[in-house]
Amino acid sequence: MRAIDLSAITDEDLQACAAIAAEAGVDLKDCYQCGKCTAGCPLAESMDLMPREIIRFLQLGDLETVLTAKTPWICAQCDVCSTRCPQNVDICSTMRAVRLASKHAGKQPVREADIFDDAFIANVKSHGVSNEQYLAAAYNLKSGHLMQDAGNAIRMLKRKMVGVAVHNSQGRAEVAALVDRALAADAKRRADASGKGGEA
Amino acid sequence: MMKYANFPGCSANTTGKSFTISTNYVAKKIGCEFVDIPDWNCCGTSAAALTSPELAVALPARSLAIAEQKLPGLDVVAACAGCYKSLRTSLVYARKSAENLEQVRELIDMPYEATTDVISLLEAFSAPEAREAIAAKVVKKLRCLKVACYYGCAMVRPVEVCDFDDPEDPQSMDELMALIGAEPVDWAFKTECCGAAQQMAVPKEARPMIERIFQNAWANGADCIVTSCPLCMLNLDMREAEINKARIAAGKEPFDIPCYYFTELIGLAFGGQASELGIDIHFHPAEQLLQKRAQDAIELEKAEAAARAEEERRQAELAERIARKKAEKAAKEAAAAKEGADVGKEDAR
Repeated sequence: MRAIDLSAITDEDLQACAAIAAEAGVDLKDCYQCGKCTAGCPLAESMDLMPREIIRFLQLGDLETVLTAKTPWICAQCDVCSTRCPQNVDICSTMRAVRLASKHAGKQPVREADIFDDAFIANVKSHGVSNEQYLAAAYNLKSGHLMQDAGNAIRMLKRKMVGVAVHNSQGRAEVAALVDRALAADAKRRADASGKGGEA
Repeated sequence: MMKYANFPGCSANTTGKSFTISTNYVAKKIGCEFVDIPDWNCCGTSAAALTSPELAVALPARSLAIAEQKLPGLDVVAACAGCYKSLRTSLVYARKSAENLEQVRELIDMPYEATTDVISLLEAFSAPEAREAIAAKVVKKLRCLKVACYYGCAMVRPVEVCDFDDPEDPQSMDELMALIGAEPVDWAFKTECCGAAQQMAVPKEARPMIERIFQNAWANGADCIVTSCPLCMLNLDMREAEINKARIAAGKEPFDIPCYYFTELIGLAFGGQASELGIDIHFHPAEQLLQKRAQDAIELEKAEAAARAEEERRQAELAERIARKKAEKAAKEAAAAKEGADVGKEDAR
């Protein structure tokens, strides 16, 4: 871990880190940095910061480091960290909260992960269900990885696992409205929270 | 009476169709009925959770509210581990407080009481009634088949959401496999994550996760991996060829580990053909191993029958020898008694 100039950390940074922890339902003081989360993480070897370090930077209030880290975007949300934590710190939910904060701050440390999830939700909003072949196609187009899994697509076609037919839920319009309602409620919650933060 | 509301999930008729085919085969044989939730929608899986907490709660709640209205009294079954986790996460949230439930109702704009329970298919088939029915229908035990039961992460974690089997060393699938005569191996990666959607989004980072799962199953003597999730299956089965290509290029031995849905193997033990169960459309060749192990089982049974016959022969021989000895002893005693009686007579004289 590099040296950090703690005097450069503002009250706003500390508040933002506390808000991330609150969203994850975590008390950051519970973590005593044992590293068990990192030891069990199946993706730790590919992360720029270890899961333990994400918690540490949140404790210190180093918001910028946390929001630009690739780690929460590489995390597969498998929950092994939270299950094994001796202090019951929900690291997995913290990763999710950091990733959402990073997304809402307009950052995209791992472009592909962001594109994939957006493409997934767009697919569900259009059809009510996820059409894997069109999700893969949309992802490849938007990410620029045009040939990714192209060979596997042919193998799936041969096995009649996928075809050109689009599956739609009969309630697709209801689902689209539900997605809009949920995202509006999400935006309102965040606006209210930042309004409160401004007042305080 | 085994009857459930079924949440099929988006992969039921596509990449997970072998799971659906084999599940229906087994369900029919054991008298378990699944009624699809009318007009169900995608659970949102991790993509919804990583987009908005509200969305992650609302998408599954809509299908659960429909099940509650249209299929009252039936528990919801989800075959896919991802669907199972999403549905349960939403349900647990709604049940946590009256405020939460009211918030969910507003999000889905439907009446909803969060009364319908959600269980996984593995849990449904592990219930005592189902296990009894499964045991009764087995006509061909899958002996000699060493299976690594792979539960993945979403089936068992987080505990406060899933809570039906141990998060580190679950047993339900191992017990079902033992019930049909297969040999579950002890291994360390039962609940290790397969990478899920990250295999698409960050393939370079996520691929080693799959390789390690194969490696650990291989090192512990497993012939195959058995799974209960269509995404785990796709990540393992479809990507094994690519991993093997990289291994060969690196001078390492390639894996030869077919993957099966637990329902496929149960169906096989019921006497089903590979093509009736969807085993013929796997990516990694999956039929040869089963044929080989079926042959091994026949050989083993022959050897066991021969050993039993030999044991019976030895027992019979032993019994005969004991009987002979007893007869000899009795004759000797009788002779001695007679002699003793004669001596006694003489003494009396």
